[in-house]
Amino acid sequence: MSLYRAETRRLTKRRFTRWLVIGALVVLVLVAVGVALTNKKVGPAEIAEAKAEATASFQENLRYAQEELQRCQAAVGTAEASRYPTDCSQMYMPTEEEYDYRGYMDSTFDFRANFGNMITTWAALLAMMAFVVGASYVGAEWSTGGMMNLLLWRPQRLKVLGTKLGALLSGLAVLSVVVAVLWTGLFVLIASLRGTLDGMTAGAWQSFALTELRGLVLILVSAAVGFGLASLGRHTALALGAVVGAIVVFQFGLVTVLSLAQVKYAEAWLLPTWALTWMDKKVVLQDYNSCNFSAVSGCQPPELTLTWPMAGGLMAIAVFLVVGAAMWTMRSRDIT
Amino acid sequence: MNAVLEISGLQKTYRSRKGVRRALDGFDMVVESGQVHGFLGPNGSGKTTTLRTLLGLIKPNGGRMAILGAEVPQHLPEVAGRVGAIVESPQFFPHFTAQDTLSLLADAGDVPAVRVTEVLELVGLRDRAKDRVKTYSLGMKQRLAVASALLKQPALLILDEPANGLDPGGIREMRTLMRHLAESGMTVVLSSHILGEIQLICDSVTIISAGRRVAAGSVADVLAQHHSSSTRVRIEPGVDLLAVAELLRSNGAQVTLEQDHLMVTNVERPAWITWVLAQQNVWVSELSPVVVDLESVFLELTGTAPVEGENRQVDQSAIAPTVAKGGWGQ
Repeated sequence: MSLYRAETRRLTKRRFTRWLVIGALVVLVLVAVGVALTNKKVGPAEIAEAKAEATASFQENLRYAQEELQRCQAAVGTAEASRYPTDCSQMYMPTEEEYDYRGYMDSTFDFRANFGNMITTWAALLAMMAFVVGASYVGAEWSTGGMMNLLLWRPQRLKVLGTKLGALLSGLAVLSVVVAVLWTGLFVLIASLRGTLDGMTAGAWQSFALTELRGLVLILVSAAVGFGLASLGRHTALALGAVVGAIVVFQFGLVTVLSLAQVKYAEAWLLPTWALTWMDKKVVLQDYNSCNFSAVSGCQPPELTLTWPMAGGLMAIAVFLVVGAAMWTMRSRDIT
Repeated sequence: MNAVLEISGLQKTYRSRKGVRRALDGFDMVVESGQVHGFLGPNGSGKTTTLRTLLGLIKPNGGRMAILGAEVPQHLPEVAGRVGAIVESPQFFPHFTAQDTLSLLADAGDVPAVRVTEVLELVGLRDRAKDRVKTYSLGMKQRLAVASALLKQPALLILDEPANGLDPGGIREMRTLMRHLAESGMTVVLSSHILGEIQLICDSVTIISAGRRVAAGSVADVLAQHHSSSTRVRIEPGVDLLAVAELLRSNGAQVTLEQDHLMVTNVERPAWITWVLAQQNVWVSELSPVVVDLESVFLELTGTAPVEGENRQVDQSAIAPTVAKGGWGQ
């Protein structure tokens, strides 16, 4: 317990940790301010006005389309016919559904519709921060000789590294939960002042809570992977280098090559695709180079559905491999 | 006396693409309780590897080690609380203060917080305790390292080059501190290249070269075993030094011809030299028995004395003769 307390103190005393946390919080506040400024409270009068405007627009476009249809029909058998389709019934005719009144009023923050994206923003930002905090926390210990000093006091390698990881994850978990509560509260406030909380049933709240829980897992996985990579390389730079390498090789290089080779579902190689799958529970990829013909709907691209259990499995494998390798090398390596 | 530290037949081999290097080749060492013990060896001889292996940082390929009666590394966690150590240059997180650094170590080791203040006072860092370590000089970092080693009031203190970077006053303070610690019952193992200091501070020494022990025992014993009984002889100007050397050799002495004097060994008494030369009307202007010190014994045993016109490489040192297995239990 004393080692855990010491490691928690060490983590929170680090200037780099503090600056990164402050930086992440500032970005989150800026996002919230941006959302608040670009949205507006909409009342019944504004809705009625928008509906009237949408209807008027629909009527105008319908009239124009009908005039065009009449011109098409009149032109049959004349030189003008070349300007129109052979079958005039194929001409575009607007429908009322295409003229949604919400497109005719100022943007308003619909909590139920929009807060899911805000949870993803919170999770993605804190996951990036957690990766760097995790990597630098153990990387700096290795590169400055702090780890060796600690092992002279506690010559139990796995216990020392495990306690450090425990302190990191528990510290980040507390921070993430506190920030998530504040983040939710902030957007409830924004929705109250600049939008609506309509439709927020118990089920909707539960769904958001579960999304936030998945976000917390993503943050902790990111921290553990950063920690593991930096411990393997005994330097913060190794973890950061691995991420830059992964971005260059996988996110740009590999996907470009796979796309050029017209490999199916190249997006499945993108890490953000899997992060999004984890957060949104499901992502559907389409292969636009192929065609599944249907007499009813014509040519439809084949689909690959990625689900959150698949993303969770991948994250578990990544954590097991990276942290496992870090523990194994910690147990067996000479510390010089 | 009880042995506080025992090493027997310790082996460590490093393998790389360049081949195999035996850093420790059956090394033995024994340190008795309450002593200040000097651990000497040239660069690359295996000193730091020995200390790191002893402290569980490096895994040995063979041999046995015990600290305070407990075999290590198996039982190291049980005795680690009674062993204070600094290995090689002091390394600390540069953005923490000395107070924070020691306080975190105290937390990790269940040491009362009041002890932090005591050791900072002891090593003379009280007034700079709240400064960041990155603002410290090498000597101050060295003091902080000693403070960290003393924090848990160890029964065995292992210090690797503790005087490195210290000013002359600091070296004297360190010497006094070591002596006081030994008087209080603490056993101190001191690795250093400042051999004059070792000779002044230490009760006993172990000398390592090429991964093997080449000498061990009390300082007086080691000096006595390697006392060469040489005598510096200067002759009045105008006399042929070569002829004088031949004269002494013909009477059974071993003579080394230096630029302006002779070094004579294998004689019972210096007065014999005067008597032999006087019979041939050669008059001596200086006759001084050379007092052997730890430095000359060290250079002789490790084969690291500088040779004019040669640049000695780091791994060039004396290869110890195969010695009978010593250490504890033998």
